[in-house]
Amino acid sequence: MTDVLVCVKRVPSSAGKVTLTEDGQGVDGRTTGFTVSAHEECAVELAVQVAAATGGSATVLSLGTPDAVEQLRNALGVGCTAAVLVDGEPSSYGPADVAREIAAVVEAHEAEGRAYGLILLGNDAADSGDFQVGIRVAYALGRPVVNGVSKVTVADDEVTAQGSGPDGPETFRLPLPAVATILEGGVEPRYPTVPGRMKAKKVVIEERPPVADPAGSRRIKMFLPPPTPSNVVVLGEGPAAAGAVVDLFEKLGVSK
Amino acid sequence: MILVVIEVDGTGAVEVSRETVAFGRELSKAGGGVPIDAVVVGAMPEGLTVDALAAQLGTYGVRTLHHAVGDAFADYSGAAWAAAVVAARAAAGSVVVTAAGSSRGNEILAHVAVRTDAPFAANVVSFSSLAPFTVTRQVVGGAALEEVRLDHRPAVFSVAGHVVEATPADPPGAPATVAPFTPEVSDADLVARVVSREAPPPDESGKLKSARVVVGAGRGAGGAGGFGPVEELAELLDGTVGVSRVVTSLGWRPHHEQVGQTGSRISPELYIACGISGAIQHWAGCSSSKTILAINTDPEAPMMTKANYAVVGDMHEVLPAINEELRSRA
Repeated sequence: MTDVLVCVKRVPSSAGKVTLTEDGQGVDGRTTGFTVSAHEECAVELAVQVAAATGGSATVLSLGTPDAVEQLRNALGVGCTAAVLVDGEPSSYGPADVAREIAAVVEAHEAEGRAYGLILLGNDAADSGDFQVGIRVAYALGRPVVNGVSKVTVADDEVTAQGSGPDGPETFRLPLPAVATILEGGVEPRYPTVPGRMKAKKVVIEERPPVADPAGSRRIKMFLPPPTPSNVVVLGEGPAAAGAVVDLFEKLGVSK
Repeated sequence: MILVVIEVDGTGAVEVSRETVAFGRELSKAGGGVPIDAVVVGAMPEGLTVDALAAQLGTYGVRTLHHAVGDAFADYSGAAWAAAVVAARAAAGSVVVTAAGSSRGNEILAHVAVRTDAPFAANVVSFSSLAPFTVTRQVVGGAALEEVRLDHRPAVFSVAGHVVEATPADPPGAPATVAPFTPEVSDADLVARVVSREAPPPDESGKLKSARVVVGAGRGAGGAGGFGPVEELAELLDGTVGVSRVVTSLGWRPHHEQVGQTGSRISPELYIACGISGAIQHWAGCSSSKTILAINTDPEAPMMTKANYAVVGDMHEVLPAINEELRSRA
């Protein structure tokens, strides 16, 4: 039986045009809506799969404002059975702060008899792209960590994790308790069912204050790259453009 | 002292590592000629000797190549690799530790940062000041930039792919001195190590990164069965197929073909983006292409306005016509 903790971050959707908040400290999600990264969606799916396969449970955690309850409920809707919100404004927290808060929840729950065998996080957050929180959590808790894997299974108190290394697919196997950061691509996140959503609404979300004031990120400001003026040359419309396209291939020297 | 963590393949330092050395040279110049050292961990892959690597890195301006050797490095473990980098850093007295912003590079540096009690800035594109050391890094998959203060020592940061050219020093330097060392690695650092490895399938992302022509397809392909003309065009141009995230999320194509923030970053001579809107996630992976041709029904799609060339039309009608034209001229 493996209890899994999976960590998600509420982030502005960046599928469309990205705009920044007036103070240059974050991405403005007011018009785009909010989501979690594709990596975290897969981490939630893996957490639910591991819990089901081992007869354990999946708990979802987020550090965020009360708005992040939306993302916690989404994870509850697909099979997590408990949720924790550490109440803080994420843009004030640097990666070391976030890791400390996650580790503090793990230790507090362990003291209450709820020990997590596996902690899953996304490989990197879709907004701040820090690429380090999972590794910092592992060090804070003295646990081994595998990074950027896309499949995770648990059997006999061992986690087997598979990812894509520079030389091809590779497998890690390590004893629990452990930490893994997830890259999308290994599993298909499930959609919440209607009963799943109904059940999710009833779960009482555990709210915790942060254990320390954030030291903050070292951000001075965010800014958008200058817009690139469009210099596009339209070669034509529809199949009639084929001749002009092949002329281009010849000009570029890419035709065989 | 600047220390660059090097990743290698059978031919030498990989392109993004050589880019990072080139970035280090800019930093060195600004700092009045601070020496650049490099560190490589483990046995060399087949086809490469450490002397050949030292010669190559020498031309890029590396002074000393620290080579971590020992049984601990038989199989990859982020923690063990970081232990080696931290030991090399101590030996060299480095105030900067950097690597390419690749999966391995970011992973190793995150470990190094924790072990040296330092912050870590991933995917840096430039620096604006040395005192205090201030860098700009990519966030939101390159759609936005963030200026951060990195005045801690060591300054630990990775360099985003393709933001500088992997050019040798001018004039090229002499071969780097090889300094083998066997750092201490604890048992705990070896717990999360690779236990098995498969040969990559023939169409792995390596091909995507090295192809001169990539034919990309997005949601406009319509389904797993919609890639016939895409594959055919790739074959006619001796190129390969790349896809947007939605295509792999929907299970139409394998993940290793994905181009973008969470897939490969490509820089071919020609990228042909078919039925791809050009969301930021995708643009982050293809913007380094030398020439981009977009084919899309929507002339206002971001990919159509950012591309060098565009054809307004349905990829299912345009691609067969292009393929036919190519065959008729062959």
